[in-house]
Amino acid sequence: MSTAVLEAPAESRVHYLNSNYGIKSWLLTTDHKRIALLYLGSITFMFFIGGAAAVLIRLHLIEPTGALVQPATYNKLFTIHGVVMIFFFLIPSIPAVLGNFLVPMMVGARDLAFPRINLLSWYLYVIGAGLTLYAILTGGVDTGWTFYTPYSSTYAHTQVIATALGVFIAGFSSILTGLNFIVTIHKMRAPGLTWFRMPLFLWAMYATSIIQILGTPVLAITIVLLAAERLLHVGIFDPAIGGDPILFQHLFWFYSHPAVYIMILPGMGVISEIVACFSRKRVFGYSMVAYSSMAIAVLSFLVWGHHMFVTGQSVYAGLIFSVLSFMVAIPSAIKVFNWTATLYKGSISYEAPMLYALGFIGLFTMGGLTGLFLASLATDVHLTGTYFIVAHFHYIMVGGAVMAYLGGIHFWWPKITGRMYPDGWARFAALIIFVGFNLTFFPQFVLGYLGMPRRYAVYPAEFQVLNVMSSAGASILGIGYLIPLIYMIWSIRYGPVAGPNPWGAKGLEWETPSPPPTENFEETPVVTEEAYAYAESESAHG
Amino acid sequence: MAEPWFGFPIKPVDASTTASSVDHLYYFLTALTLFFTFFIFMTIFYFMVKYRRRGPGEKPKGTPTPLALEITWTVIPSILCAFVFTWSSSLYFRNSRPPNASMEVFVVGKQWMWHLQHPEGPREINELHVPVGVPVKLTMTSEDVIHDFSIPVFRIKHDVIPGRYASIWFQATKTGTYHFFCAQYCGAEHSGMIGWVYVMTPTDYANWLSGGGKNESMAQAGERLFTQLGCITCHVSDGTGRGPVLQGLFGHPVKLRSGETRVVDETYVRQAIVNPNSMPLPNYTPIMPTFQGQINEEQVLQLIAYVKSLGTEEKGKGK
Repeated sequence: MSTAVLEAPAESRVHYLNSNYGIKSWLLTTDHKRIALLYLGSITFMFFIGGAAAVLIRLHLIEPTGALVQPATYNKLFTIHGVVMIFFFLIPSIPAVLGNFLVPMMVGARDLAFPRINLLSWYLYVIGAGLTLYAILTGGVDTGWTFYTPYSSTYAHTQVIATALGVFIAGFSSILTGLNFIVTIHKMRAPGLTWFRMPLFLWAMYATSIIQILGTPVLAITIVLLAAERLLHVGIFDPAIGGDPILFQHLFWFYSHPAVYIMILPGMGVISEIVACFSRKRVFGYSMVAYSSMAIAVLSFLVWGHHMFVTGQSVYAGLIFSVLSFMVAIPSAIKVFNWTATLYKGSISYEAPMLYALGFIGLFTMGGLTGLFLASLATDVHLTGTYFIVAHFHYIMVGGAVMAYLGGIHFWWPKITGRMYPDGWARFAALIIFVGFNLTFFPQFVLGYLGMPRRYAVYPAEFQVLNVMSSAGASILGIGYLIPLIYMIWSIRYGPVAGPNPWGAKGLEWETPSPPPTENFEETPVVTEEAYAYAESESAHG
Repeated sequence: MAEPWFGFPIKPVDASTTASSVDHLYYFLTALTLFFTFFIFMTIFYFMVKYRRRGPGEKPKGTPTPLALEITWTVIPSILCAFVFTWSSSLYFRNSRPPNASMEVFVVGKQWMWHLQHPEGPREINELHVPVGVPVKLTMTSEDVIHDFSIPVFRIKHDVIPGRYASIWFQATKTGTYHFFCAQYCGAEHSGMIGWVYVMTPTDYANWLSGGGKNESMAQAGERLFTQLGCITCHVSDGTGRGPVLQGLFGHPVKLRSGETRVVDETYVRQAIVNPNSMPLPNYTPIMPTFQGQINEEQVLQLIAYVKSLGTEEKGKGK
């Protein structure tokens, strides 16, 4: 970085941040980079709302009788936590922030294919988030993020419709982002950027976009049916008026299981970029990693039934969903092995993004392997609906997706802002998050096997020790998330100037100044080599 | 109810015939998880140290990607997955059907309590008394939303769904008192919807059953309802009534007006009571009123017990 500081200050050059000033220049922008920042601000806000709910949940559970709130309030807290974190943080996180910023730059284009639709998608997100916040402020909602019927359609007395409408609208934001990425990746790649020269982040975004476009409409349909039953008493899900409550679960998980991959696939893309850069190697088995993203996208649509092994679906359906769920584990395993092998004979350095990436690999490995307990029928019967499930998906969603998101933010922050954050603090935060995360969620695996059900506001005293451990971990994790917020904001003003490529990374986004000019590239770049051409005499195949 | 490991609880007591076989699979999966996690962590640490950057501008040599390696680490996890799938599925399949000689208990979940009923008559709230060493089949339904009946020490659980019957079974192996939980979120007092299973010696259980004075059995209660609700006026045993004869009906196939053939089981009888017009029979005018909302799920179960008591043999007319 010492050379970077010597460069001309970023302010003297016109770039996307200083080309225009004023509220209007942001709220009416069609620049993908500014829209990415609008998303960054909004999802960070939502992250801390969802996080606040998590803090209250963990505080409450210190005492078996519940230390803080009434059960009805506790139910609203975990619902808010789930709805906000899934629909308003994790699903948009990497695609809408990093994807928005990077997809056009990585393909060597000036913007996404449909810049105005891109802005529309942010507005849809904001309207959806606003409705959900309105629901929280006017009484909250207590159905759980899964909105299971007939509880949600007939029995709940809370703001189900406002929340569901918020999710419904935000879904269109997700569809439009996916649409934009698919068209951009198909039609706007720079000369020479063939499919198999694309960075794996683009492959991951492409696979994610397919799921967003094919899956999200099903969620929208499900919410419309739920509203029809709740408002108009059309018998769809409630057996008392002729419906089938399990039908809701089929529809819901047909979207929501693929949605897990909407959350984790982009993270896998980020990890490929970071691991390659900081070990100065081409990603080992590049094409296997790319294909595995596509395999995950396809298989993700065929495993929804594993959420329903104890609903009474037929034994044979259970067997089929079980075998398909094992199959979807294979492409994930392939990725982990390939990332590990990328380090082999590399030149590895350990700046903050790399620590997040390595943390991701470890936690994702554990999250993935504990998924096998749930794909396998006999153990799932005992574990489903318990804290084991909670632990498993937090290893994937927080240990995986959030670590990857933070790794990506740290990796591309100098590109986005033109400034460096303090690397020492960033490494310290990565360590704190890793430790806090494991202390929070590892005890929950044990709690789950002991049989403690999830979504319990009060619990038998025999589960207290593990709950206290988990809550202690959560306080460390919470601090771990606050530290980056502070130094990142600090760095915007006081951070040293980063220069165009502080990491010595490959990829088109690093070949333009930081922050990039509004048009990204002064002239259309031409790609002449494969992705990740870090090493000498790189082998041509792979 | 947990078995401590160096003073620390890591697994619940295994108190049913299936519990230890589920535990064995769990141990294997845990070992697999630890092995691969350790393997990946150690490999990463080794590479991290061995291939750390020794100076700026260092440029490593590229390494080829041997296809054999990619195939190896695709095939090995696939084989392991196939192995676990086979093991776990056969276990699940074996446990999916209750033995024929099972004792029955009926469970109705409602916000926010469990009503349990023994065919012999005793009714319990949030408590389940069972004998050790006898297979017990639970037939369960819900009065309102979806609940889930979970007994961790038996390693079983099943959703309890309104509008249909679900069943699970267990055979307890250890006397004692164990928790059961509602494991499907069902509203404000979800976490209060817990209770106790009392696994007793057969003698204690027999004493418990006969204790508390003279109990009306479920079938007797059903018979009383059958008269009270006026079912008896149409379902006459000599075949002269406006409704079909119920004697000897249970367990037999019936042809519906739609041409569909269905076996008369609990689900069939329940549907015939709460929604008779959804399943008109040939040769009968569909004039039966619905009893949905008139009687609760426990009473439906009593009526079913009565219909069952009318015999399953064609020749067994009367009781």
